[in-house]
Amino acid sequence: MTPIIPIANEQPWSSSQRTTLRLLAGLMIPASARHGVPGADDEIIFNDILNTLAPQAGRVSEMLRDLDAFAGQPFATLSAAQQDSFAQTFRKHRSPGLMAAVSATVQCYYRDDRVMHSLGMEARPPFPGGFEVEQGDWSLLDPVRRRSPLYRDAP
Amino acid sequence: MTNPVDVLIIGAGASGAAVAWSLADTRMRILCLEQGDWVKSTDYPSNHRDYEARQLDAFNFSPNRRKSPVDYPVNEKDSPIKIANFNGVGGGTILYAGHFPRFHPGDFKVRTLDGVADDWPIDYRTLEPYYAENDRMMGVSGLAGDPAYPPKQPLMKPVPLGKAGGALARGLNSLGWHWWPSDSAVATEDYEGRGRCINLGHCIGGCAQGAKASTDITYWPAAIRAGVELRTRCRVSHITTNDAGMATGVVYFDADGVEHFQAAEVVIMACNGVGTPRILLNSRSAQFPDGLANSSGLVGRNLMFHPYAAIQGYFDEPLDGYRGPGNCIWSQEFYETDTTRGFVRGYTFEFTRGRGPVITGLSGMSSGRIPWGEAHHDAFRRYFNRSTGMVAICEDLPEAHNTVTLDPELTDSSGIPAPRITYRLSDNSRRMLEHAVARGSEILRAAGAYEVNVESPLAVGGWHLMGTARMGTDPARSVVNEWGRSHDVKNLFIVDGSVFVTSAGVNPTSTIQALALYVADNMKRRLANLFD
Repeated sequence: MTPIIPIANEQPWSSSQRTTLRLLAGLMIPASARHGVPGADDEIIFNDILNTLAPQAGRVSEMLRDLDAFAGQPFATLSAAQQDSFAQTFRKHRSPGLMAAVSATVQCYYRDDRVMHSLGMEARPPFPGGFEVEQGDWSLLDPVRRRSPLYRDAP
Repeated sequence: MTNPVDVLIIGAGASGAAVAWSLADTRMRILCLEQGDWVKSTDYPSNHRDYEARQLDAFNFSPNRRKSPVDYPVNEKDSPIKIANFNGVGGGTILYAGHFPRFHPGDFKVRTLDGVADDWPIDYRTLEPYYAENDRMMGVSGLAGDPAYPPKQPLMKPVPLGKAGGALARGLNSLGWHWWPSDSAVATEDYEGRGRCINLGHCIGGCAQGAKASTDITYWPAAIRAGVELRTRCRVSHITTNDAGMATGVVYFDADGVEHFQAAEVVIMACNGVGTPRILLNSRSAQFPDGLANSSGLVGRNLMFHPYAAIQGYFDEPLDGYRGPGNCIWSQEFYETDTTRGFVRGYTFEFTRGRGPVITGLSGMSSGRIPWGEAHHDAFRRYFNRSTGMVAICEDLPEAHNTVTLDPELTDSSGIPAPRITYRLSDNSRRMLEHAVARGSEILRAAGAYEVNVESPLAVGGWHLMGTARMGTDPARSVVNEWGRSHDVKNLFIVDGSVFVTSAGVNPTSTIQALALYVADNMKRRLANLFD
């Protein structure tokens, strides 16, 4: 069960910034009924993204201002088709704020229980359970064992 | 003023731990000052759900990204390869992969064999018993019989081949090229109180299981039991000297920023190839105006990294993905010099296993392979758990213009000048990297990859810091002698990667530690006339 992640009390985001960031998250990774996964704009995942991005609020806020300027109006007021079109172009700018937003979105999305389950992963940290890795077929080494020494001896 | 000690070691990483442990049987009063803290294994990323995020943040190997209070900043703007390190008990072994290759015999004689750089003043046979002793202390897994090496006997069975290793091995066999399971400082069986590897998949973020040998859990417990004192959060500023030109101790700042003087009869530097020249250059005085131990002018010069190429392939079938130690197999098919390749010396391929979901997503979205929007999910699933690859570790030759100097403006939080890195990739290294990328891509295609992605040189790959206080018999052309003692200051020793004459084409930790044990042994044998 994915825990509800509350938004931290001291959030630096304005309402309009949250709206635009959530739109961006959903444009990056939308929900998929076929794969049975939420989008990155899902409430639980998005709260995690906001908390993760809080230390970088300055550069992200600058990116959001740039996005509105790029769109020629508040990004959130564009139609869905326009938002998608502008976002696909804007992503190529690779500004520090956008890179931070992409990084946080991917980090938070792929640690969500529902997403991990959809990928066949157990929703847990690696330790202490660990994982199984097959030993493999060591007879593959046979031709290498037959080789002469490769190293040069030194005087 | 604190009580004087017989031996003061600066730095508690790979080499500082080894030299402390070895010297402990002298019963001298030995103190190690370490600027970082002990790391709790419960803090390592793999204890947590956000393990991949933590590896990119608090356990990032870049000090400039990590920005912990115990770190010092590095001005690396003038280098295409960025510095990696860790400040804490264990040093770089906390965040290394645990690759544990030895040098080849020929690596100590590059001038004789290939007419480049300089020969070392010691040879493989001299270090061989120290390699073996270090393997026992660290707990090394592997497989005897590698035709790329003189005979050696790993202590534990190799890390698993897995699906990724199997695919790569079949590719290498089809080309007729060498490969062998990697010697790894990863316990594959319960060893000396350490649990065996359980395939957490995040060796370079710190091993929560304790299977990977970092010196905080190998050498340090034994050294402390033997009476060595380890004092953390002590950041050394400079080494002090007397009128006779001998080291008298160090000045350091504690965690509260309070300055102290620690007197010592012997000072041993173990701060890595950047930290050691930084302190030596910051120890200038009227008597040593160019910095301590620097009459040759070579302190901070001849900085060597290993230029890395990262070559990743994408496969149709599922591989190991996020499971297993990163270490897997290596190939030294192109290790020894063959001038028909267009360069001298050579490189090792180290094959890495796979990636977790976050790194898969970030690298895919960064390269454009995984798009934004509806197509994201299918693209992600095409790559997740279906990639493997390698890094090529290229031998870097010493060049005097590659330097560590003191930054005139940037300082750490104690006001100590930060190191400034000036580094140019040589033409020889460029040609070697090009060769490695071409051969590595061939291997992946032969293994079944339908697509190959390359980053060369790997910008973040400044893990190995070597050559900035080189070893030699000629005081005009080296900083320390053939057993690690400064030519200029007879009670000052260096045991870290700074003393490397050349870099070889392998990870240096095994050789750094073998050298530290060798220097300690020489000190013990010469105790009666150590300063003659």
